[in-house]
Amino acid sequence: MVVFSRNPIHSVLYLVVCFFSIAGHYLLLNAQFLAVVHVIIYAGAIMVLFLFVIMLLNLNKESEPHKPIIIKFASVISGCLLVFVLVAAMLNMDPPAGTHPSLHNVGMVKDLGKYLFTDFLLPFEISSVLFLSAMVGVVLISKKES
Amino acid sequence: MDGGVLHICLLLGLPLLGFLISGIFGKKIPGIGAGVLSSLMVLGSFCVALVFFIHGYHHEAVKINLGHWFHVDDLVVNFSFTIDHLSNIMLLIITGVGFLIHLYSIGYMKGDDSFHRFFAYLNLFIFFIIFLVTGSNFILMFIGWEGVGLCSYLLIGFWHKNAAYNKAAKKAFVMNRIGDVGLVLAIFYICRLFNTVEFDAVNIMAQAGAVSIDQITIITLLLFLAATGKSAQLPLLTWLPDAMAGPTPVSALIHAATMVTAGIYMVIRNFGMFLMAPVTMDTILWIGVATCLLGAIIGVKQNDIKKVLAYSTVSQLGLLFVALGAHAPVSSFFHLTTHAFFKALLFLGAGSVIHAMSGEQDIRKMGGLRKHIPVTYTVFLIGTLAISGIPPFSGFFSKDEILEHVFAHNPLAYGLVQFASLLTVFYMFRLFYLTFHTTYRGTEEAKHHLHESPKIITIPLIILALFSTLAGGIGLPHYLGVNHWLHHFLGEHIFMPEAKEMAEGTVFMLVGIAVGGAVLVWLLAWFLYTKKNVLPEQNESEMNFFSKLVYRKFYLDEIYDFFFKAPINFFSKAFYFIDTRIIDKIVNFTGITALSSGDAIRKIQSGNIGLYLFIMTISVIGLILLQFLLKG
Amino acid sequence: MIALQAIDIVSNPVNKYVYLSIILFSIGVMGVLIRRNAIIILMCIELMLNAANLLLVAFSAYNGQAEGQMIVFFVIVVAAAEVAVGLALLISIYRNISSTDINLLNRLKG
Repeated sequence: MVVFSRNPIHSVLYLVVCFFSIAGHYLLLNAQFLAVVHVIIYAGAIMVLFLFVIMLLNLNKESEPHKPIIIKFASVISGCLLVFVLVAAMLNMDPPAGTHPSLHNVGMVKDLGKYLFTDFLLPFEISSVLFLSAMVGVVLISKKES
Repeated sequence: MDGGVLHICLLLGLPLLGFLISGIFGKKIPGIGAGVLSSLMVLGSFCVALVFFIHGYHHEAVKINLGHWFHVDDLVVNFSFTIDHLSNIMLLIITGVGFLIHLYSIGYMKGDDSFHRFFAYLNLFIFFIIFLVTGSNFILMFIGWEGVGLCSYLLIGFWHKNAAYNKAAKKAFVMNRIGDVGLVLAIFYICRLFNTVEFDAVNIMAQAGAVSIDQITIITLLLFLAATGKSAQLPLLTWLPDAMAGPTPVSALIHAATMVTAGIYMVIRNFGMFLMAPVTMDTILWIGVATCLLGAIIGVKQNDIKKVLAYSTVSQLGLLFVALGAHAPVSSFFHLTTHAFFKALLFLGAGSVIHAMSGEQDIRKMGGLRKHIPVTYTVFLIGTLAISGIPPFSGFFSKDEILEHVFAHNPLAYGLVQFASLLTVFYMFRLFYLTFHTTYRGTEEAKHHLHESPKIITIPLIILALFSTLAGGIGLPHYLGVNHWLHHFLGEHIFMPEAKEMAEGTVFMLVGIAVGGAVLVWLLAWFLYTKKNVLPEQNESEMNFFSKLVYRKFYLDEIYDFFFKAPINFFSKAFYFIDTRIIDKIVNFTGITALSSGDAIRKIQSGNIGLYLFIMTISVIGLILLQFLLKG
Repeated sequence: MIALQAIDIVSNPVNKYVYLSIILFSIGVMGVLIRRNAIIILMCIELMLNAANLLLVAFSAYNGQAEGQMIVFFVIVVAAAEVAVGLALLISIYRNISSTDINLLNRLKG
């Protein structure tokens, strides 16, 4: 639905639904912290940003001239091809061993937090710098030339 | 003589300084200033040479080292100069005769546009020839060797606006170069065999038997090849007559007195090595004989004053090599000295005649100049007598000594050389009579301008004439009861072969043949050209077959053209064709391919983002597929 | 097509997650290739990122290692920054050509 709906707003809403379902999967995998974070950031911030932009640009179910049908056809074919290739590659692997997720404690906030502030401290700090630069960049890029 | 560094620097540096000043600032010095300056520089060098000579008279040879130049492993080459008796005399000749020629040139080249350039080149030449004769190893000598080759090119082609003169200069340089190949190869071989290039070290090692006779033969043959080029022997002799395109003082200095004797000097320097290679000595002897004879024969039929003198030089040089081949280095050097004087005198005298005749050089258009230019007439007569070997002039003593030694060595060679000497007498007196006696055959206009040359030209001539007369004194033979001074002077410093003693009777007989023959031929020439008034043919159609053959120098130049120049031209044209048509096309083709393929590939950039994304996806799929296939 | 699937916890359940991730990913690819609106394309890119995240979490959970989830954490961070910048670019492009059609962006044509 995300892909095929005409109205961009509809696409956004379907994508939000997608995100919730993926968050559900995270919960099933006992990754609680990530599920919550996922919902907050993606559905809460990013999608809202998308909605704002769409409304700003005033797009609706508009005159989106369609691509020639051959392109659509080719795209679908290549998408299916991609699936096929990846599945085949995957089938070639040895099945990985593993235990059921609910037997671990990996997804707990406390453990994740411990990892975040010891092993992954540097990426953590650098990502803050990343955000800063992204903000500055965004402000600069979207300034109106006056 | 405290090391002599100052002296050698002066000796070398003064002419070099003269070259630089005359060359760079010459135009600004008014009038004949450049000429005077250059002459003074050479005079300075002459004084230093005198000092060396006086010092060297009672002392050992001096070897002055100006500093280290380079070394390769343990082969060391220094800037070192040897001043021994051999180089002393050569220096005196070079600077003395050089100075006189400089004075002469001031008068001769007056009014020429490039007056200063001429003197710059003359000084540069003196510098290089001094370098050549004083260097104490092969490399320094080689520097001087190349340098004089260069200067001779510059000076022969001095009036460079004339294309024919340029050709002559190029010919001289190229033929010299061919000889130089021999010298370079010899130096390389010496470096490899002896691990040193100093003259004394090489000769001592060679005589001590450090290398085999075959190797010495190869080295000496290569060195003789170089001498052939520089001293115009067969087969590299055709450049010397053509070199008469240069101004007359140039011919006098370079081609009579100094440069062409560089080859002889080199052989005498290394005579110890040469003596050990009988093959080379024979080669030298017979090539010398051939050259001597050839030069003399061709000279009989030439009609240009300078060409006659040029062929005479060729012939006399052949004689010098014959003397070397006959194991008589001292006699060869003696004749070299006297030849320097009288040949320079003859050339300068010819220059004076040409000057008087307003540039005319053809003797068919001269005649009866005796009354008009008496001083030139007298000195020219003295020169002619000297070269003919009439006693008591210097040429007699030196030539006679050579003939003696040649006879003792090889009578056949003696016969041929004696014949060549008689021919020499003949054509020199032919030249003399046709120029100065008989009736005037030139144009009226030239007759009006006939005048004796100014003092600055005639005084050097007179001095040279004096030397031509008296120089015999340094080598008076034994039968006059006095000591052979030159023999003793040089004997300590060059390697002498054992002297061959000859009976007094034989000696007198040879002297008699030589002198008698010379006088008879003189009378013949006098009779033919004055009494019977035989005149040379006006143009070629009047000559019979033999005359024509001789006149055209046995078609030597044409033979060289056919065998050497034509194939080279052919290959040159062929390679030019290959280069432009084929190789260039290939290179251009590569360029065009790059351009056109770039043009074609440019169309891929459609700017269409969708296309890019599509291709990205396909590529990823392809990569995974590839990986999958390769692994499975 | 709402991407929902029932998960069965049987032996080798990771494979199921791999399949799911692959399908989500290729749906995203198809979306990128088919749509012409730049915003939709950006959203499809987000979809692809999420597919990768899902796979990472799945493996991390089944192997008991926390690195996977940490990586996912940072991927989400980066995705957020990228969306912000991408949308800013889009707005400035819209100001120039008054449309979000990517086919109009062909100034780089050679």
